[in-house]
Amino acid sequence: MFLDLFYGLRDEGVPVAIQEWQAFLSALAQGLHGADLLRFYHLGRACLVKSETYFDAYDRVFARVFKGVEGQLGDEVTDRLLDWLRNAKDLPELTPEQLAELERLTSDELMRRFLETLGEQSERHDGGNRWVGTGGRSPYGNNGTHPTGIRVGGQSRSRSAVKVAEERRFADYRTDQTLDIRQMRVALRRLRQLTRTGLASELDLDETIDETCRNAGEIELVFRPPRKNDVRLLLLMDVGGTMDPYVEPMSQLLTALHDERGLRAFEPYYFHNCVYESVYTRARMLRADAVPTADLLRRLDERWKVVLVGDAMMNPAELLQPNGNIDPRRHSKTPGIAWLHRIVEHFDRVVWVNPEPTTEWDFVQTAKIIRRLFPMFPLTVDGITEAVQALIGARV
Amino acid sequence: MIVEPLRDLPATATSRQMTTNGTFHRFQGTPGYIATGPLVDAVNCAIALGRPLLLKGEPGTGKTVLARHVAEGLGMPMLEWHIKSTSKAVEGLYVYDTVQRLNDSRFGTGDVADIRHYIKLGPLGRAFAASERLVLLIDEIDKADLEFPNDLLRELDEMRFTIVETGDEIVAKERPILLVTSNNEKELPDAFLRRCVFHYIEFPDVATMRKIVAVHHPHLEAKLLDQVLIKFYWLREQPELRKKPSTSELVDWISALLRSGISQKQLEEHIPFVGALLKKEQDVDALGRYGTQGGKIPARWADLGPRYNQ
Repeated sequence: MFLDLFYGLRDEGVPVAIQEWQAFLSALAQGLHGADLLRFYHLGRACLVKSETYFDAYDRVFARVFKGVEGQLGDEVTDRLLDWLRNAKDLPELTPEQLAELERLTSDELMRRFLETLGEQSERHDGGNRWVGTGGRSPYGNNGTHPTGIRVGGQSRSRSAVKVAEERRFADYRTDQTLDIRQMRVALRRLRQLTRTGLASELDLDETIDETCRNAGEIELVFRPPRKNDVRLLLLMDVGGTMDPYVEPMSQLLTALHDERGLRAFEPYYFHNCVYESVYTRARMLRADAVPTADLLRRLDERWKVVLVGDAMMNPAELLQPNGNIDPRRHSKTPGIAWLHRIVEHFDRVVWVNPEPTTEWDFVQTAKIIRRLFPMFPLTVDGITEAVQALIGARV
Repeated sequence: MIVEPLRDLPATATSRQMTTNGTFHRFQGTPGYIATGPLVDAVNCAIALGRPLLLKGEPGTGKTVLARHVAEGLGMPMLEWHIKSTSKAVEGLYVYDTVQRLNDSRFGTGDVADIRHYIKLGPLGRAFAASERLVLLIDEIDKADLEFPNDLLRELDEMRFTIVETGDEIVAKERPILLVTSNNEKELPDAFLRRCVFHYIEFPDVATMRKIVAVHHPHLEAKLLDQVLIKFYWLREQPELRKKPSTSELVDWISALLRSGISQKQLEEHIPFVGALLKKEQDVDALGRYGTQGGKIPARWADLGPRYNQ
């Protein structure tokens, strides 16, 4: 059952290896959990989980594995449990071979005795239940919905470790569901191709030594340009209509991109539903902001990476028919699909990022058509990571 | 003293926790730093396991300061290694100043024959070579290249390295206590993460924040502090903000308020010196818009929503 925690974490996709598990056991053996289930919870998290994005998975697994154990009496520490946990410190004095042999057994044994002790405890101290039950309103102030819930030292005793886990305060840090500007920036940071161009400002030591030798000892300093990011990025964003709910995540994406000063060049443009003759430099899309799409294609060469962001959701006519633009003032003889074709053909690497959940993609006819043209990724941190990979990674 | 002493410790320490002179090294916090229970446990876990402690958290939650207080709390000297985007792993061990040697050979100054004169130990190298145990802070490891942490794996595992130019081997007599901070700008390689103990410093709740403020501004009036915290947490709750104010900004803001001698009454309806809290132009604009559109700035905890009113 103790190993359930380990395998539970692995099943949830948390990258935890035997090395970390051993560190955890060794920490337990040294009594670092101090015979307190809440500290046991924190110790396990510190040793086994290496990113706050997995804290939520840890919480879920911990709650599942230890739910029954703790339910009866909370993490009130008993003398017996304390005694037993003190004995655990004898473990590291075994020889390494014994330790290795016993490892599996040890952890199961640990859990068994843990459970036993807890069981006995609940029989003798019925009061414990009540104490824990009303813990939420106790003067210790560790109630379940505390703002951020950091407990200082001893106050943690009134609080159940499983309850801490069940609160799932780290759900917001999951990368597969949420979009956090910071994580987004981390994902975008991968968008880089380092090349040496520009001003020679870095001392090239090897060349300097070679040149100096050739110069019979007269020092000859040789400089070279430092390595810089060579990625040029064109961002085309769908605004208005069905995209309105996504304004917030979109502006986050844009902010993250703007902050990526590491890019060699970056140009954002806006469109509505589909790209036609013109794209716009500002989201209000007035005629004054218009830039002919053809100009864009002429000016930017195939090395530019292109990211289109849109829900790919429109009336099929808007995509496939001439004069399909939903705005009647803007006639466009060429259907939107032809413009999309031109973009795909002109640039080397193009991706489409779709803020709609992936489950919806198959139910939207236009999204299905566009997916045949563009590799499409969801607007999540994981999706952005994959999209970046598609832009700069090896071709598959 | 806010940090509570650790309870329920085993009566005898195992050999790994003992240093050579037999004293028990355990971090218990310092009066100048408010460490939560889990954080203290994580520090001690890292010390006991002899592994680096990786600290993450929102900017301004005290990751870097922690190292200084760990050193102070344990009474050990401390070395800092601030990572820049150009930092290389080997620079932390040693730097061979070839250009200086080349220059000396040309002008006949210095002892060019002995290469050791041109080898300078970096922070990690000095931590290994030191005769006593010390605390080494590797600050903002995520700023360096993606491969940076991987280049240090062997040295951190074995606590020894060889100076290639001279063949000298430097072996750590005492395993330094390593604290590594990351601002999450890049992901760290798995192999490095596997060797670390990890702690994520959460943003302090109101009760903890009161204690933190008390450390920096011990004579702040209770009512004024309430007003300050209401404004601060309200600002943090606003979804439009691109950069939420952090603890260190709060402390600065209070300094500014105290120096201007502002009264609690004045603070009830306005947020003066907003530049101390909000660092992005758009955020200041957004707050201004909120004001001109008749939005109210709360003056009571009751206005802040259920999380703050229990």
